[in-house]
Amino acid sequence: MHALLDAAMGRYRHNPTCVVQILREVQEQAGWIAPAALSYIAEQLGLPRARVEGVVGFYSFLHAQPVGRYRVLFSDNITDRMQGAEALLDALCRKLWVERGKTSEDGLVSVDTTSCTGLCDQGPGLLVNGRAIARASRERIEAIGELILARRPLAEWPPELFSIADNVRREDLLLGSRPEPGAAIRAALARGAGATLDEVQASRLCGRGGAGFATGLKWAACRDAPIQNVQGASRFVVCNADEGEPGTFKDRVLLARHADLVFEGMTVAALAVGARKGFLYLRGEYRYLLEAIEETLARRRAAGLLGGDICGSAGFDFDIAVHLGAGAYVCGEESALIESLEGKRGIPRNRPPYPVTHGYLRQPTVVNNVETFCAAAWIALHGGESFRAVGTPKSAGTKLLSVSGDCERPGIYEYPFGVTVREILRDCGAASVQAVQVGGPSGTCIDATEIDRRLAFEDLASAGAFMVFDETRDMFEVARNFAHFFAHESCGFCTPCRVGTAMLADAMDKLHGGHGSQHDLNEIHRLNRLLQATAHCGLGHTACNPILDTFRRFRPAYERRLSSFDFEPAFDLDGALAEARRMTGRDDAGAHLAAEP
Amino acid sequence: MSDTQTFLLDGEEVPFAPGQTVIQAALAAGRYIPHLCYHPEFKPHGSCKVCTVRADGRTAAACTLPAQAGLAVESETEELKELRHTLVQMLFAEGNHFCPSCEQSGNCMLQALGYELGVMTAGFRHFFPIRPVDASHPDILLDFNRCILCELCVRASCEVDDKCVFALSGRGIGKHLIVNAESGRLADTEVALSDKSLQVCPVGVILRKRVGFAVPIGQRKYDLRPIRATALESAPRGPQAPGPCPSCEEGS
Amino acid sequence: MTERKKVRIATTSLAGCFGCHTSFLDIDERLFALLDRVEFDRSPLTDIKHCGPCDIGIVEGGICNAENVEVLREFRRQCRILVAIGACAVTGGLPAQRNHLDLGACLSEVYLTELGVVNGQIPNDPELPLPLDKVHPLHEVVKVDYFIPGCPPSAEAIWKFLGDLLAGRTPHLGHGLMQYD
Repeated sequence: MHALLDAAMGRYRHNPTCVVQILREVQEQAGWIAPAALSYIAEQLGLPRARVEGVVGFYSFLHAQPVGRYRVLFSDNITDRMQGAEALLDALCRKLWVERGKTSEDGLVSVDTTSCTGLCDQGPGLLVNGRAIARASRERIEAIGELILARRPLAEWPPELFSIADNVRREDLLLGSRPEPGAAIRAALARGAGATLDEVQASRLCGRGGAGFATGLKWAACRDAPIQNVQGASRFVVCNADEGEPGTFKDRVLLARHADLVFEGMTVAALAVGARKGFLYLRGEYRYLLEAIEETLARRRAAGLLGGDICGSAGFDFDIAVHLGAGAYVCGEESALIESLEGKRGIPRNRPPYPVTHGYLRQPTVVNNVETFCAAAWIALHGGESFRAVGTPKSAGTKLLSVSGDCERPGIYEYPFGVTVREILRDCGAASVQAVQVGGPSGTCIDATEIDRRLAFEDLASAGAFMVFDETRDMFEVARNFAHFFAHESCGFCTPCRVGTAMLADAMDKLHGGHGSQHDLNEIHRLNRLLQATAHCGLGHTACNPILDTFRRFRPAYERRLSSFDFEPAFDLDGALAEARRMTGRDDAGAHLAAEP
Repeated sequence: MSDTQTFLLDGEEVPFAPGQTVIQAALAAGRYIPHLCYHPEFKPHGSCKVCTVRADGRTAAACTLPAQAGLAVESETEELKELRHTLVQMLFAEGNHFCPSCEQSGNCMLQALGYELGVMTAGFRHFFPIRPVDASHPDILLDFNRCILCELCVRASCEVDDKCVFALSGRGIGKHLIVNAESGRLADTEVALSDKSLQVCPVGVILRKRVGFAVPIGQRKYDLRPIRATALESAPRGPQAPGPCPSCEEGS
Repeated sequence: MTERKKVRIATTSLAGCFGCHTSFLDIDERLFALLDRVEFDRSPLTDIKHCGPCDIGIVEGGICNAENVEVLREFRRQCRILVAIGACAVTGGLPAQRNHLDLGACLSEVYLTELGVVNGQIPNDPELPLPLDKVHPLHEVVKVDYFIPGCPPSAEAIWKFLGDLLAGRTPHLGHGLMQYD
């Protein structure tokens, strides 16, 4: 056991800031982090044991208790559900004689759900020991069940099971350009660092991760921020590939097909801000991309596009390391991502100060989305003016959309900003549309009367998710799924989000069960107001959006669930007597409580 | 030229020193803003959100909000009182808070805040979580039922005692306090009775055994004076009161 | 001069200890002043078994079994204003400290498996109310209008609360009267 641990720690030079990476590798090989292993890692890295235990406890994919040799996790996004994930999960549980969420008695297998795995265009998606599998079907689930029962190592499973499609349906600026590796860097070097930043500012590129902050401003602030005087100090460039927003999968495709463009953009950023070190923070669900990404990085190093004196430019040193996430949506928030990079629980920091001045290791740090770096590379090549010529006056360039749900051609669509929802729906082959969730659960839900609205920062801002719901879908259930997502992904740092998201999920379940009253709707609104006003980060602020949006537009979906009473008990009264009935064997009238108040 | 700058708190000027946050300056000036996870001896944490104020129209936690000249801060408004009231209700619903059988009753900040904010009921459904106590240590009892996850013990143990006896694990509603031992028992940690971490719990999680009822119920800290008065007494006074610079805040 | 109609009050204790009722009696001679203005319906003071239409219902204790639920519902149906009095009614209180225990395991241990039990049987007489798996505060079962925390609330607190309520003021206990312990 110690050999395995020593090897994992050795790969990261016993650097305590890499503890998440070390734990993830140990987990991948040992299946879990045993108490003694945890103690040994903490001791060797010079960290308090409890802090390492706290890290393990934070991330969904790290386990301090033994889990099955095969750990099957079904993606639980609403689109997976619409594609039949729940029935498939039940079928697999039956086949394997295992109860959902519990490890089988022989320790062979556990089956459970996980937050959206980013395979919405080819779902239902699932993870087996962290490996992504798309297009789950009766046949494929049957085959997976057989492989598990036969105890076949994952490496021997048919490779076809793990094939993931790119499904690129519409190309524009970014997806249509395949520049020679190094071309954008050479263009930036020819222009000079300052002029390159000027081009990015002139392009009016804004962040593609959802918040839409001006990239040029961010880079300039980072370049101008002083480096804290400690050993090995540097500015940092971080690529946020923690694509956790349910319904979003464009970064997966960019990293699968255009990894060079991503790294090109990061290197251009490094030149512009004066960074020597970069990170790609890749969500754990995309673990299967790691080998190919490392190959691309190695190839770029060999070609002089990473490392020392890049493209022969003396003193331009920059390299990129890949850090894998371990199952925590909140790490998509940039300061939480940095905490995670530093080997900590992914808790969003108090701001100010912001990462551009005090980021990774308290040094000036640029954090941008995968797509933003691709756009930056394009701008380095073609100039800011030509980028700005695309899109709308307030939203320059193009946007990649991850289209899923009720449509004939789900996949990746790249459009100039300003495209209407109507055009997208036509292109993807959506009919009888009831609603579109733009930007995922933390975005906006619109109904069929709003499809002439435009995808742009000035109208419908979006990180890229575009989930289509036709008239057969129950929009209350969509909101309930999202409420559970937020409760599951709340980091728990602040009171309103920790307790409030749990209460919201609870209240939605109460309505779902037909036990909700007007009183419960009022409580939901009270929680929404509280979260919006007091939550620590964007997760809490937006956790109520799905409920607010769907309640406004699809109110009958809520009202038809309400009981006729003004008040309904907080729990199932008759159900609370079930245990006593079982123990006493009684079933008389007095052993029940009727629903009426 | 005087370097005393001021911001407005509910329309009245409050002086502040550079680096102070709104709550530090307010308390130093004798102005109370309800708070729970903030402690004058520690770096502001910003997790309980009870000190939420409205500054230039936007809500923010007063403990982490840097004071700025001319900032217009609202605190004693109906809206903010209502938000704080709900936050305290949530904390009561989240844990198992049975005041009559708690030896910290009367010395408990959560309880005192409940009095301050007029919290007559948790209102929400109680979670009744299952949180076994740790009585392993001969002199110290840990009753996790009352933990409000303010991290004061975590901060004190790491920053003052240099031991890191306490830490947090889990996330979301499953977040919980743990101790630094493979056994998970306090008795197997380096904790000592002289530790700062034993003195800072605002509620009744960390208890010294056999001394809990030395002062009878009814004659305790918040039985005698409301928290609004006692918080001001324990706050550093004057605009020069040291305030940790939030820019230098170290995460670990 | 017409006599002012008396305010009709009902009180009961559910999963409680009657400590709140005892504290109520501690208002001592002020009871006489109170009785000038109120009359009692169902209450341990009157021994009336079922609650009729009332202005105010005051309920002590939490909800631990099916009978508690029925009585509480009767109070909610009959009383315009429902008041939860004391820690148990407001939070579940001491009885709710069994909530971390599994009810089935408890019954089984007490009536079947504990040392010394011979031919044990879990009581199943239909006359006995079945216990709920957890103890709950009142507001989780019915809508509650006012809460008086405390274990028990002091006589002064109860007097102040009733005084406010009877005078039509929103009841307000300040520092000293408001206590959770």
